[in-house]
Amino acid sequence: MENTSPQKTETAARGAEGREQLSIVIVGHVDHGKSTIIGRLLADAGALPEGKLEDLRERCRKSAKPFEYAFLLDALKNEQTQGITIDTARCFFKTARRDYIINDAPGHIEFLKNMVTGAARAEAALLVIDAREGVQQNSRRHGYMVSMLGIRQVSVVVNKLDLMDYSEQAFEAIRSEYAEFLARLGVETVSFIPVSARNGVNIASRSDETPWYRGPTVLEQIESFVKPAAPTDLPLRMPVQDIYRFTEHDDDRRIVAGMVQTGSLAKGDEAIFQPSGKCSTIARIEGFNSSEQTQAIAGQATGVTLTTQIYIKPGELMCRADQRQPRIGTQLRANLFWMGKSPMVVGRPYRLRIGAARVQVNLAAILNVLDASELSTVQGKGQVDRHDVAECVLETVRPIAFDLHNEIETNGRFVIVDNYEISGCGVILEQVEARTSMLHEHVIRREFAWDKGNVDRGERQARFNHKGRFIVFTGPTGNARHELAKRLEQHLFRKHCNTYYLGIGNVFEDLDADEPTRSVSRDEHVQQLGDLARIMTDAGLLLITTLAGVDDYDLERLKLLNEPNQLFIVNVGENIFSHFPVDVQLPDGADTRDAINVVIRELNTREVLLDYCI
Amino acid sequence: MDQLEQLEARSVHILREAYREFKSLCMLWSIGKDSTVLLWLARKAFFGHVPFPLVHIDTSFKMPEMIIYRDRLARKWHLDMILGQNKDALEAKQTFPDGNSDRIACCRKLKSEALKHTLMGDWPRMRMDHSTGQYRIDESTEAFTGVIVGARADEEGSRSKERYFSPRNVESDWDVDDQPPELWNHYKTDFAPGTHVRIHPLLDWTELNVWEYIERESIPLISLYFNKGDGTRYRSLGCFPCTTPVQSDASTVAEIVDELRSGKFARIAERSGRAQDKDDGGGLETLRREGYM
Repeated sequence: MENTSPQKTETAARGAEGREQLSIVIVGHVDHGKSTIIGRLLADAGALPEGKLEDLRERCRKSAKPFEYAFLLDALKNEQTQGITIDTARCFFKTARRDYIINDAPGHIEFLKNMVTGAARAEAALLVIDAREGVQQNSRRHGYMVSMLGIRQVSVVVNKLDLMDYSEQAFEAIRSEYAEFLARLGVETVSFIPVSARNGVNIASRSDETPWYRGPTVLEQIESFVKPAAPTDLPLRMPVQDIYRFTEHDDDRRIVAGMVQTGSLAKGDEAIFQPSGKCSTIARIEGFNSSEQTQAIAGQATGVTLTTQIYIKPGELMCRADQRQPRIGTQLRANLFWMGKSPMVVGRPYRLRIGAARVQVNLAAILNVLDASELSTVQGKGQVDRHDVAECVLETVRPIAFDLHNEIETNGRFVIVDNYEISGCGVILEQVEARTSMLHEHVIRREFAWDKGNVDRGERQARFNHKGRFIVFTGPTGNARHELAKRLEQHLFRKHCNTYYLGIGNVFEDLDADEPTRSVSRDEHVQQLGDLARIMTDAGLLLITTLAGVDDYDLERLKLLNEPNQLFIVNVGENIFSHFPVDVQLPDGADTRDAINVVIRELNTREVLLDYCI
Repeated sequence: MDQLEQLEARSVHILREAYREFKSLCMLWSIGKDSTVLLWLARKAFFGHVPFPLVHIDTSFKMPEMIIYRDRLARKWHLDMILGQNKDALEAKQTFPDGNSDRIACCRKLKSEALKHTLMGDWPRMRMDHSTGQYRIDESTEAFTGVIVGARADEEGSRSKERYFSPRNVESDWDVDDQPPELWNHYKTDFAPGTHVRIHPLLDWTELNVWEYIERESIPLISLYFNKGDGTRYRSLGCFPCTTPVQSDASTVAEIVDELRSGKFARIAERSGRAQDKDDGGGLETLRREGYM
């Protein structure tokens, strides 16, 4: 009952690899006729299922509606009643040459986020303009979006020319105005095509109506778009999506998985993971039901095993040591398109996603807001409103590895999540340096406003016989950290120390806050914890907590937030930090009493504990 | 990279993204060719493993061969199988085959409702015990927040509007008019409590792509898809009272690929053998808005 065979058959892939698939987006202002153009294209190129056209004519007749080609695409009922395309409908269509996915992007401004979705998938764009209305505000905005989304091949279709008596002057007027506008954006148009979608003029076949036009039909233009080549010649950028260790059925591989965005990697390459800077060598390119591969190239979803065990987390960027490295930093200047329901404002935390990294980000400054439809700028705006394009400075709470948009496009662009929704997208123009970080500013402001009491630190230490310290137990998940931390609290308390074990799960109302969470931002948790520690250590307390999966940057932030007081790090098990100093390193599974003694001894040596209190 | 490799890479990326972001994740497996390809892609993505449960909704009217095939692969590939069923409707015989319901209402009860409650965990679920190969009541009643589904955009109109990651509200409703943006390999993976996300790794695949991939990878498929001498085969699988075969001599995967390439079915909808589609006005929109897959 199954046609099983373990390996690929000889006949596999016959013919399939010869076919190319091109993704095209068709964009334009509402009512300019995008759906009609696609409907007509499908009908005239003979790509419709049998009976579909007749069905639709019949349905229109029954409901006493004039038939329109646009109905073919607007498959959903509520669209036919409203007469506009609501979402990005994809339609599949093939010619002798290749396969196409055509994304019909809605023109109405309310649905701009759908247009972005459609356009971001595309390798070429058709921009549609109504000959009667000419270049509208939204036509300009769409031109801008297409440019920002990185589509390099653009053709402009001037529709409804039948309503202008196929006037060459009318067509030329639109051509010169829009071409000039697009050129300012750096968009080079490959053609301007005069059409009447309703009458099928210059869609799939040429017409006597426009004897003055010598260029391609829409179909010919689509056929001559060039499929962009995979960016294999750029430096390697592979966002690490995950690290797999599936131990079932004796599988002991630790696989670093991700999709190669640019460049290529091969067995034996020295890999460097950014921003942590950890290095190893690629031992093997892993696969399933495939012969062993020696290299992986841009566009492939792959996985590698490394020759050494290094601790890296999802979100890092795998690069090659022999190639140009990405920039690493927290501050960047970017062009940003905002589509969130609420405006983007300074002071509210957002999530930035670049490659596989997710990190808390703040809007540090709005440099100017561009009116995308006029290409004029507005300065001094305090927020980025929906559908604004803003040039701004963003600051992440931890360093990210990125490239500039004009260097390596795929690693120079990001999206921003607000309140669970992807609300913005942008491209990185420049790395910004030498601004005081927002975290520093926060600490400076906090310390400036701090109203000290009359009891000074020395008095407190003399009374308590110890200094205030924030003692953090770190290490991989699932080991004895909790037990050790609680035992330390108990031990110190019985020695009359002022100490407190903080189970942060209770504080942050998230039972998993102590574990490396998959989707919840722990960056905010870290900041709250740091501010809290600052208060409690200032009160002279030995504050003890445990944190799993923290990295160098988390500890640096905690250190900064806890200033002027200090941290004391006890790491249990594998030390995963690349540079942050650990005060006590304990093996996992050590005897609890011995482990506590080691910690106490070190606290004595560092003169945190002023009496000998073992 | 050819077209199939590109499609595979994107699907694998989406599956890994789902696995990274959703703590409570499952995949729907209808036993049909699409969801079996999806299952194969999961094994690709996770290097031979399938690290989440597979959910099958048993309407009790599936063709018997489908059940045998399901359990055989489940054991062979170590799949964490979960079954769900609308027991009340079946016991009360409120079904189309029993003559007490129209097709749409039957689909709604046996599939949509059973699925919704199986995902929510508030109806009993059965889970395969691999030591015996038998199903037992699942002790876990945890709701799934991420559900991987094998829907393809070219199947029928409403599916062409789907996102790769498509949020559903508490009632499993799909708000077609207000969908999240998706761009540059970033999908909606952040979600408010009480909602869940449907994940569609096969959205860009066509029927031909699916068959070409089955051929290239030698994916074991249920034999109902092949002509066994009577000149018919199933092109889409469902419950036996509402599914009819198509006229076709194709008896191997290669012959089906050739048949599809020849354009024989170019003018006939893939789901033309599925009676409920016609009863829902030509599309599946009513059912899909309510949570049908």
